[in-house]
Formats: sequence, C-alpha cells, structure tokens
Amino acid sequence: MSLSRRSLLAKVGATLAGVLAAPIARTAKAAVQKVLVSTGAAKGYDPTKHKWAMAIDANRCIGCGLCGEACKKENHVPEGPYYRTWIERYIITKPRPGTGAARGETLVDCPEGGMHGFPPAPVAKEEIQHSFFVPKLCNLCEHSACVQVCPVGATFDAPDGAVLIDPKYCIGCGFCIQACPYGCRFLSPATKTAEKCTLCYHRITRGLKPACVEVCPTQARVFGDLKNPLPDDPIQQFYQNNRVQALKPHLGTEPRVFYAGIDKEVR
Amino acid sequence: MTSEITNYVFEAMPHFEGYVYPNEATQQPLWGVLIVLYPYITGLVAGAFIMASLVRVFNVRALEPVYRLSLLTAFAFLLCAPLPLLFHLGHPERCFEVMMTPHLTSPMAIFGFVYAWYLMAVLLLELWLDYRRDFVEWSARTAGFKSILYRLFTVGVTDVSEPAVKLDHKLGHVLSIIGIPSAFLLHGYVGFIFGSVKANPWWGNVLMPIIFIMSAMVSGIALCVFNYMVLSWVRRKTIDMKCLDVMCMFLFYALVVDAAIEALDWIHRVYSAEEGFQVMQYMAREKLFYTLNLGQATLGTLVPFLLLGSLQLFRRHVPELGRRRMYFGSALLILCGVLAMRWNVVIGGQLFSKSLRGVMSYKMEFAGLEGWFMGAVLFSLPFIILTVMIKLFLSEQKPK
Repeated sequence: MSLSRRSLLAKVGATLAGVLAAPIARTAKAAVQKVLVSTGAAKGYDPTKHKWAMAIDANRCIGCGLCGEACKKENHVPEGPYYRTWIERYIITKPRPGTGAARGETLVDCPEGGMHGFPPAPVAKEEIQHSFFVPKLCNLCEHSACVQVCPVGATFDAPDGAVLIDPKYCIGCGFCIQACPYGCRFLSPATKTAEKCTLCYHRITRGLKPACVEVCPTQARVFGDLKNPLPDDPIQQFYQNNRVQALKPHLGTEPRVFYAGIDKEVR
Repeated sequence: MTSEITNYVFEAMPHFEGYVYPNEATQQPLWGVLIVLYPYITGLVAGAFIMASLVRVFNVRALEPVYRLSLLTAFAFLLCAPLPLLFHLGHPERCFEVMMTPHLTSPMAIFGFVYAWYLMAVLLLELWLDYRRDFVEWSARTAGFKSILYRLFTVGVTDVSEPAVKLDHKLGHVLSIIGIPSAFLLHGYVGFIFGSVKANPWWGNVLMPIIFIMSAMVSGIALCVFNYMVLSWVRRKTIDMKCLDVMCMFLFYALVVDAAIEALDWIHRVYSAEEGFQVMQYMAREKLFYTLNLGQATLGTLVPFLLLGSLQLFRRHVPELGRRRMYFGSALLILCGVLAMRWNVVIGGQLFSKSLRGVMSYKMEFAGLEGWFMGAVLFSLPFIILTVMIKLFLSEQKPK
C-alpha cells in the first residue's frame, strides 16, 4: 500500500484534530451533564472547577450516630435497611491466654446503621484489646466499579469527584449494587432505582458542607475542595497530619475517601 | 397453614449471622430466582444451538433427526431468555435505554446487542433458510389459516428452483459457522456479567465465562435429549437409537470438560485460599450444602457422569430399554444439576456479605415477582412456545 503525501497529511491532521477534540468533547460532556442530568446542583455551578474529597479520622469518632441520622433526614433516605452512610463498631478482644495468638476475635456491629448509637459492648471491658468506630459512605472511587457496570450510564463520575446517579435514567437492574465492594448502594423501595451517597450534592454545590460533616460533633469527618484549598484547609491538614489508608485497596478502585486510625480488620 | 408456620419460624429466626453491611440486610437478595432463570435459559439456547450445528457444521449425520428440533428448541428458549431479566428491573419501561444509550463498559449493555444479533442475524435467519422450501411446499399443500401463515413465513421468497435451494443451504452453512462463536459469545457474556464483579469473590473469576459456556452446552444437549425422547413418546414413534447414542456421547464429553473446568475452579479456590475463602467454605458446608454438594456435584454431575460413562464403555451389553432409561435419567439429572449450578452462582453469591464477615438467609416465597410461581411460569413459557412450533414446523411425516 502506497501512502501519498496528501493522504499522510490528512491522517496526521485527523489525528491532531482528534487529540484537540478530546478536551473539547470532555468539556462538552460536562456541559451536557450539567444540563440534562438531574443532580440537584445549584444553578451556575461548574463541576469542572471543584474536586471534592472526604476524609475520616476514626480516632475521633465517638459513634454517636448523628451523621447517620442527619443523612437519613437530609436525603429522605427510605426507612428500613437503607443507608447512604453508616457507622460500624469494631471490638477486637484480647487473645485467650496460652493460645499464642496476637489478638482475639473481631466483633463488628452496626445496629440500625449506628444511627441511634450503640448498645454496651457484648464483652467485658477487661477483655477488649481495641474498640473503635468507623463511619462508612460512598468511597468516591477513582475507578468506580459501579460506574463501569451500569448498562445505561445512569451512574457517572461527575467532574468534581462525586459519583452520582440520574434517577430519571436508572433502570433499576441492581448491577451497580452488586459491583460496589463497599455495600454503599441500595435499591430504593420508593423509586425502584439505585441510590447512594451524593456527598449531599444539593448542599455542596451551594457552598455548604454535607449534612454528616455539618453535624459531626468531633470533626471526625473532614470535607474539602482539593481544587480550591482554603487557608488552613481541614482536608489538607488531615493529609499532612495522618498516614492514611483506603478500604479494600487490592480491588484497584482507588477510593478517594481516606481513613486515619483504622485497623486491618476494617473491610 | 404450613407455609404460615414456616414463614413464622423464618421471621423468628435470625436472617443474618455475623456482620453484614446494613444495606445488605434486606429480606430478599437483590437478584432472585428470575436472575437464576436468566442464565439457565440463555444457556439452554446456546447448548441447543451447538447441538444443531453438530449436524450442519461438523457433519454428524447420525444427529439429523434432531437437527430441526434442536434449532426450534434454541429459538423457543431464546425468545424467553430476556424476559426474567426484564421483569426483575426496577423500571422495565426504560429497558430500551440499554440498546439506545448503551454504556459500553458494562457487560449487561453489550448483552442486549449480542442477544439481538443472535436472535435476528443468526437463529431466525438460519431457521428461515432451512425452512423456506418447506414453507413454500406447505403453503401449497395446506389450506386456510395455516396456508396463510406458511405463506407469510416465506416473506414472499417462493423460488424453490434447484440453484435457489442450493443457495439457501450454502448460506445456512455459513450462518451455522458464524452461529457457533455467536452462541459462545451469548453465553460467555452472561458468564462475564457475573465474572466481572470483582467485589464478589464468589463471582469475580476469570473462568466464569468458560464455566458458563461449558455448562450451557451440557444443559442444552441434555434438553435436546429430553425433548427428543418426550416428543417421540408423545407421538408414539420409535426412537432412533443411533441418534440418541451419538447425542449422549456428545453429552458425556461435554460433561467431562464441564466437570473438569468446574473442578479446576474449585481446586484453584481451595489452593489459593484467598481473602474470603473462609466464608466460601462456610457457604459450601452450610448455606449451599444441598444445592452445591448434592444437587450440582453429586446428582447433577457425578451420577450422570457414571451413567453416561458406563454406557460409553458397555453400550453393547445394555438392552435398548435400559439405555433409554439411563439416557433419560441422565438428561433430567443434568438439567436439574445445571439449574442448581445457576442457583449456586446467583443466589450463593448474594448469601454472604461483601464485608466477608457474615451470611444471610434466603427463603423463596411462592407468590410475588421473585417467587416460585413466577419462576415456574417463566420456565414453562418456552416449552409452550416450543409445543406450538413443533405443531407447526415439525410435521409427523418424515420431512422430505
């Protein structure tokens, strides 16, 4: 096959045009998303100018459950076993003497999503080696398994880092719920569509904090905009002051919700 | 009354042991019996088609008597394959979005296209090419509604000259060749829907599509054996023993490969014993004991393996009646075994928490969308369609 100059030029030109078109297409996509998708964002909000992130300091969490309750109320999460955020309690017991084990059992519970606090520990205080609370929410994965498997693209990565669902588009197949490794999604009995934490998108796009962050009495939940850091930004401070962990890193989902002060037993 | 009591006992029993994520603590698993039926029916399609292509592509002449039956079986089941998937959707009215605005990284989105391709471009066309000459002949021979129906099926192409029929055959042959990878693709994709879920150690497995394809072939051939024997019995016709022997020989070899791959999968799981192995062990020992060990492994694989295997060795020493009974029994057991396998995959994968710290219980209800009744109706539907098609397209007189 011979390649004439004219055709070579055309090919190079086409490639260049393609390369140039990519960012334009991406911006156009964001613009279309802004118009068409029912995200609850404020008018005039530009998702490309922000990058939201949440971090959780488990050392600070006292398991009061206010965040869970606030989330249910703020987002009208259906009654029953449906949660956009919840709090787990981990109790790791001391090993039985003579077993040669480093630790005993790991007991995890989360009554009613931890929304109303926790009952007294099921083991005596002297037998506990470690006990701590872990608030959970959508992990805002960089490579979200849920977005990958959605057959119609109803769930998508917003340019500002939130993983959202268009309820008018979701067909309710439940594939994303199966694909989320963290159990963060549920099929709403009311709308028959998938639902999840949106970082309180209707709030953050209006300059407010997510409800769970707002009510946390100990600032265990830290929220911020990575593209527009404030002076003494709490999230930047969190990254600086802690060595952080993500949940289930072996799955390659690259969560953007970082944890400090959790244990290997946390999954 | 009994069901009330069992319901009461079930309500009283803890549904969960250990810790499950709060969103997983629902009464019913997200994907119920409908999603068990979906890969089962799709598998039967793929298997029955492979059975038919043994005649068309691989020239296994002995199987000629079941060629059309297996094609019609594949078609009847293919028509019903997406129904369970459709019914389980939260918004079935939005189902066409899967085709209109597919999200190309989703295994489920591509299934729509693979399905449409297989239905329209492969199976329907192959059936039409195979039947066209007969349609022309039947439309002339019969009268009234049937004649009109047959004439409609010809789609106006009534040329039955030698070259035209030859062309039909040639095209049919080409389509069969395209059909084999398409059948693999169809069911491989169903396997991939589960195999691609890395969050779930029970599903996320590179062998899943291959396991699905092999078990599909096994179940599809078993269905053809079952249909052929039942049809012969209903029509009081003698069974072509040579055909049955050959069918069951292929059934046996497919079963060997299927069992080998599934065993390989388990050996790998046990040996590598990765994260989540403990909970899987618990599932196999407790939650899925009957369906996995008894249903899938023993009755669905081992017994038919021994029955069919012994017939491969001692066929000549077994009288015809005995052979027929053994074949029929094996086919039925395999059909049940593969259904158990689908159950174990779909339901089993949802009976443990993704926190790998706890398990859920599941009791199937009778009524409701995900109940016994609905499942039974959906599974009878392809048989009803097949009966009508056999009445129309599989005349009792010897074809040609």
